[in-house]
Amino acid sequence: MPRREGIYGLLAEFNTPSELVFATEQARAAGYRRMECYTPYPVEEAAEALHFHKNRVPLLCLLGGLMGVTTAFLMETWISVWAYPLNIAGRPLFSWPAFIIPAYEWTILFSGLSAGFGMIALNGLPQLYHPLFNSPNFRNGATTDKFFLCLEAVDPKFSPTETRAFLERFHAVSVVEVDH
Amino acid sequence: MATKVPINDPMIDPRTGEYAVIAPGHNFKSVTQKIAGLVLTANTPLGWFFGMIVAGGVASLVLVALTWLFLKGTGIWGVTMPGAWGFAIINFVWWIGIGHAGTLISAILLLFKQTWRNSINRFAEAMTIFAVVCAGMFPLIHVGRPWVSYWLFPYPNTMNVWPNWRSPLAWDVFAVSTYATISVVFWYIGMIPDFGTLRDRAQLPFAKYFYGILSLGWRGSTRHWIRYETASLLLAGLSTPLVLSVHTVISFDFAVAALAGWHTTIFPPYFVAGAVYSGFAMVLTLAIPIRKFYHVEDLVTLRHLDNMAKVMLATGSIVAYGYGMEVFMAWYSASHWEFFMMWNRMFGPMWWGYWLLILTNIAIPLTTLWSRKLRVNVGYLFILSFIVNIGMWFERFVIVVTSLYREYLPSSWGTYKATKWDYMTFIGTWGLFTFLFLLFVRFLPMIPMSEIRMMLPQTKITRGGPTADTTSEEMT
Repeated sequence: MPRREGIYGLLAEFNTPSELVFATEQARAAGYRRMECYTPYPVEEAAEALHFHKNRVPLLCLLGGLMGVTTAFLMETWISVWAYPLNIAGRPLFSWPAFIIPAYEWTILFSGLSAGFGMIALNGLPQLYHPLFNSPNFRNGATTDKFFLCLEAVDPKFSPTETRAFLERFHAVSVVEVDH
Repeated sequence: MATKVPINDPMIDPRTGEYAVIAPGHNFKSVTQKIAGLVLTANTPLGWFFGMIVAGGVASLVLVALTWLFLKGTGIWGVTMPGAWGFAIINFVWWIGIGHAGTLISAILLLFKQTWRNSINRFAEAMTIFAVVCAGMFPLIHVGRPWVSYWLFPYPNTMNVWPNWRSPLAWDVFAVSTYATISVVFWYIGMIPDFGTLRDRAQLPFAKYFYGILSLGWRGSTRHWIRYETASLLLAGLSTPLVLSVHTVISFDFAVAALAGWHTTIFPPYFVAGAVYSGFAMVLTLAIPIRKFYHVEDLVTLRHLDNMAKVMLATGSIVAYGYGMEVFMAWYSASHWEFFMMWNRMFGPMWWGYWLLILTNIAIPLTTLWSRKLRVNVGYLFILSFIVNIGMWFERFVIVVTSLYREYLPSSWGTYKATKWDYMTFIGTWGLFTFLFLLFVRFLPMIPMSEIRMMLPQTKITRGGPTADTTSEEMT
């Protein structure tokens, strides 16, 4: 697999979110596109700097909810009217107001599961191996107190020497090469 | 209202005069070390083992009681005609109500951007799940033949039998199973970034694998975080109507029945408020010892206790309004049966239940919680949390028992008396709840690290590059 060889990218480590956001904005302005920030908590400004706006979790959630309400309501109607009609004190077989309650619960169940598992799937998780875990300072800091910017080698503008020089302009704590 | 607080108290924010949500002096690393250290430490506190032994011993009462129940049937309980619903339903409603505060804290307060909730939402959610475990057990064992309780669900079967969708008991199955599922998903998703932290900080190989697999390979990517935040907000937005609907549906179990004392439209809001009331009391019961024994007073501060006491004051007042309205409607409806039911509750053979409920749910909490001094008095709140939960248990007792045992036809009047098996099962669930909770505080991050980091002042972004940034040195 040729894509798995060589370096994955250059990883710059920062102490503060402000430095990270500034470096990301500059990298974007310099023409880099294949890059990603890694932070110990959500930094919305970093997402803005990456111009990341397309987020399909709400759509999945909506589709899940529509599926839940349709499934539950049709199932209740089919059971009560055709599969197992019960005469409960002469009430109509299609007593839809009563059907709303389980349908409502399944709307929430399906949309919640779609939002949760959809988020995991869109994120490409579970992915227990990632090249960045090879970098010891990444594992020390990315989930604790450090802020990382990774410029990836697949970017056409990427060059091991020039990109390193570019990243070192931002007073990073370190700039390390990450192998696949 | 002028409040007298020591001016030099470092916990008081000088700008607002309120207690700080997090004690000053923390940074990203210190909160991470502190919370992860509680889980990753090699020195399990001796008190934890002691607690596990006691809780496990009490929980074994459930096993004994259930074994006997499965051998003999529900006849070993105090349920009989006319009191066909007894402890099982009371305990079910009580436990699930306790669970509701966890969802309220994690969902509704998130939507309202109440960031103080970040310190307490994880263990409040854990409390929800363990309370639902205890609650869900009761209807299952009350069906008589629990080994076929899957018949409650609609599935194609050789008997060609399907549930009756007009029955509140079928609604209950859907409400409670959805609630349990969504609570677990919300709880787990909330922990994924923290599992990543634990994976990276763990020393033992087993812990690295364990938390590594649970973290799903979380690496804190910004694109992941944005989707993660969206999913959390959506789950919060979905859990909010869910939590309101769950106790509404449970109140339908009563309200749909044509029985004086049950057949009332006030039940849904009044049940939800009561659930939140008892749930916040239980959060206090858990938070007060945890912050003391695990020394997290700087993360779960007096501000949290004060705020929770305020929520209790508000929901307790709604509950008090519900009680008042029940009495009013008993008179205003001009229904002979309603009037008799209320008279019987207050002055009938089980009068003590009603007045105990008024004393513990209304008289004690709603007179004292107005005082800020008492709201930040840890010992008082701890005792009060027990008083309120006793009161909320008696509320369900009064609703279930005193409405049933003297219904329309005097010739079928009877009484209700719980047996030792009822008590063993109920007390056993306290042990089960505590046992599960102790496992949680030992092996899972009980305070969400990523959300605590978001509350720190260091998260502030200064624009304009490295020259504008002067804080980088002092933060490391």
